[in-house]
Amino acid sequence: MKDLLPLSLRVNGERHDLLIRPWRTLLEVLRENLGLTGAKRSCQEGQCGACTVLIDGKPVNSCLYLAIEAQDKEILTIEGLGRGDAGLHPIQKSFAEKGAVQCGFCTAGLILTTKALLDENPNPSEDEVRNGIVGHLCRCTGYFQIVEAVLDAAREMRSEGRR
Amino acid sequence: MGAETGAEARDEYNIIGKSVPKKDAWLKVTGQAEYADDLTLPGMLYGKLLRSPHPHARILHIDTARAAALPGVRAIVTGKDFPGIKYGNIPTTRDYLPLAIDKVRYIGDEVAAVAAIDEDTAEEALDLIEVEYEVLPAVFEPEEAVQPGAPQIHDHCPGNVAAQSAFHFGNVDQGFAASDSIQEDLFETQPIKHGMLEPHACIGVWESTGRITLRASKQSPYVVWRQLAMGLGIEPGQIRVIQTVIGGGFSGGKQEAMPMDFCAVLLSKKTRRPVKFVHAMDEVLSIGHMRHPMKIWLRTGVKKDGTLLAQHCQLTANGGAYSSIGQFSMYLAGAMLNLPYRLPNIKYEARRIYTNNGFCGALRGHTIPQICFARDSQLDMIGEKLGLDPVEIRLRNAVQTGDTTANGFRISTFGFNECIEKAAEASHWREKHGKLSKYRGIGIGCGSLICGARLMGHSASSAEVRVQEDGTVLLTTGSTDVGQGADTVLSMIAAEVLGVEVDNVRFPKVDTDMTPVDPGTFGSRVTFWTGNAVKLAAEDARQQLADIAAQKLGVDPKELVFRNRHVFIRNDPRQGVALKELVRWAEFRLGKMITGRGAYAAGEELIDFRTGYGNISPAYTPSACVVEVEVDPETGQVTVVGIWGADDSGFPLNPMAVKGQVLGATVMCIGQALYENLIRIQGQVMNPSFRDYKMPLATDLPKLANVEHRNVITRDPAGPFGAKEAGEGAGTGVIAAVANAIYNATGVRMKNLPMSPDRILCGLQELQKEKNGPQK
Repeated sequence: MKDLLPLSLRVNGERHDLLIRPWRTLLEVLRENLGLTGAKRSCQEGQCGACTVLIDGKPVNSCLYLAIEAQDKEILTIEGLGRGDAGLHPIQKSFAEKGAVQCGFCTAGLILTTKALLDENPNPSEDEVRNGIVGHLCRCTGYFQIVEAVLDAAREMRSEGRR
Repeated sequence: MGAETGAEARDEYNIIGKSVPKKDAWLKVTGQAEYADDLTLPGMLYGKLLRSPHPHARILHIDTARAAALPGVRAIVTGKDFPGIKYGNIPTTRDYLPLAIDKVRYIGDEVAAVAAIDEDTAEEALDLIEVEYEVLPAVFEPEEAVQPGAPQIHDHCPGNVAAQSAFHFGNVDQGFAASDSIQEDLFETQPIKHGMLEPHACIGVWESTGRITLRASKQSPYVVWRQLAMGLGIEPGQIRVIQTVIGGGFSGGKQEAMPMDFCAVLLSKKTRRPVKFVHAMDEVLSIGHMRHPMKIWLRTGVKKDGTLLAQHCQLTANGGAYSSIGQFSMYLAGAMLNLPYRLPNIKYEARRIYTNNGFCGALRGHTIPQICFARDSQLDMIGEKLGLDPVEIRLRNAVQTGDTTANGFRISTFGFNECIEKAAEASHWREKHGKLSKYRGIGIGCGSLICGARLMGHSASSAEVRVQEDGTVLLTTGSTDVGQGADTVLSMIAAEVLGVEVDNVRFPKVDTDMTPVDPGTFGSRVTFWTGNAVKLAAEDARQQLADIAAQKLGVDPKELVFRNRHVFIRNDPRQGVALKELVRWAEFRLGKMITGRGAYAAGEELIDFRTGYGNISPAYTPSACVVEVEVDPETGQVTVVGIWGADDSGFPLNPMAVKGQVLGATVMCIGQALYENLIRIQGQVMNPSFRDYKMPLATDLPKLANVEHRNVITRDPAGPFGAKEAGEGAGTGVIAAVANAIYNATGVRMKNLPMSPDRILCGLQELQKEKNGPQK
């Protein structure tokens, strides 16, 4: 047990005190220690984006990010988005309603990247959306309905005055 | 993106024909959907597979002692722990083993498996397993594999011909003799991978009572159920397969029992603990199941006016180390020479050759995109020679509703002319073809697909509809949702029949202990076959309810309509009774459960895949796709700037889902056309990573304004509410469309895939040389 390091993570607004091996990635700790399995394990080399979470509002591939680097930072996973009385986040609604979800394995990561994109740029052009999500692979949709969903969510969020 | 939605037919139904969001999308957008890798069972161990580093070798000895001694390792299995029974699909070509016993046949073949307390320990243990191999000569190309003296890959198959098909319909000699023009070309396609983001994953449990449970990401759970029993030498009744949410299928292995499944259950037996396996992506991308690479020689004879008279095709497929469903793969490519063009004389000779590569099988569209690439590329070459516009030559030869093709396909509905016309219209073909600026081009490609196949084995679907005491519906089938929307469209069918909302229908995942038996999800069969079964099951339940309601209301059951979870008298809608009251009355007072059953079987017609005559499917879909490209003459880079397609899915039950399927299939084939290639050197996959295996990205595709999909509505009389397939057909003509567009842009005819920048540059250089004339 000499390998174990104490680590405090702030995930979805909750603090977790853990003992982990220092080489564990954030993805592993989220999934295995915290039971937050919304971030997916796919390519494990930062190519597909399925493991994306937001750290201080920025999307990162959690498979390439050591958990200890996330200490003292604010981590948002899909489980932390759109819960509670307010219901689903407009991006989640839009993805579901616009056909942007098929097998769903890329979905959580794409929604979080979309959130970061729209928080930064509430009125993106189609090109800006495509460039914004280029780090995500989706084999099912051909991306068209995803791009539509992102643009739709942006409109919805602007009309709600929500960032 | 102006997708037409079949609006003209919308009002006749309450639910069918409307764009309904995918039922499980709400779980998926919140991260609550449970995929196999998300599950943890108490006491669970983690498994890893040891793979062969050699393309061909005899296993002389395996020493697991050092690995077993590693702290944290709980058990190890090798091929000898299994009964040595080969399993697979078609009885004559079963050649899989759970783990290799005497021989390995490709780099990646599974040799041993470890269960340990965590994945790191299991991987470490793999390094400690000592396998003594006698390396054998290996062979990677089909042409070499069939030479006398070539390495023999399977004892049961001297000569390495894993499967062959030879058809001759009509008389090609007469057809060629009557032809005004004959065109002959050789095309070559590459191996590509399914590229689903969810790696294969499973958890096996072998209880001390002998009961086995496999929770796994499986698109065809009942196939897995049978194959597990076959390879373990036990009865299927001992096994329960529970499907988890599937993160993409495309027949990338999730349609079968894989070595990981066998090892998970056997390691569980040894350790009395659940054992989980998840492939790493480099394993997914290097092991078997991939699209067959092919050499397709095609000779076509036509009359001056472009009428096709004869086609002779010789096809060689590099099948890799195992059969999968290779006999069917070979049949299908040749069968689809009969569609979507009228062709009276066809000769087809195909061979699928064993080599020491990862093995090939189905992948969205199976072997049809390859044959369509060859055929529809050549059609443009023929048209050019004869001075015929690509659209015109296609219209001239289009198969029509009511046709019987040379190989015996009976065409119930086929809106192919309309597909071509709609794709041409949406793309402004007539204003663009031959009129675009230099290095900009437009091309059309067409294809066709079956709506499920009449296979030699299980060729039926079944469904059960239980109406519950609150008036909601529990719908069970053996078909899986792989993301394509089966959960939604099947629920829509049940909801339409019973007059409830889609949200009132529960669609549990397949559990072989609970759900009706079904071959699963492949070959674009689910909407058609399972959809029909669901419709019949719902109608059965409705009849049971109507009989009870008729008694209560004192009318003839025929006078009743089902709407808003109530049953009403047609001519007096004020008089009605709630479904929940009927069900409660039936269950509590009459002692009767309202359970409707339905099954759909498409007849007993069996087709010999070696000789190929017969009606393989109850229905067929045509599609047409126009692609516009821009080619950079400096770099050879091709940019797809527009896609306009039309396909005849009979009647789109859920237009938003149809659009997602059609566009997804289209982009997958753009990937094969331009980017993807599993590069292998001496059997070693050189790019088993999404870094190096290039699938289309969001930035590789045209803008929404330049993408359109139009539905052609033909309402197939045998399809549920007129529906046919939508998941695969629309992709089949896309590769040819890209090739034809590149030719239109540059004058370079691409006969090899992918149409990568280096090949385009070479083609441009060749053209330049020809233009300059012979060098003195």
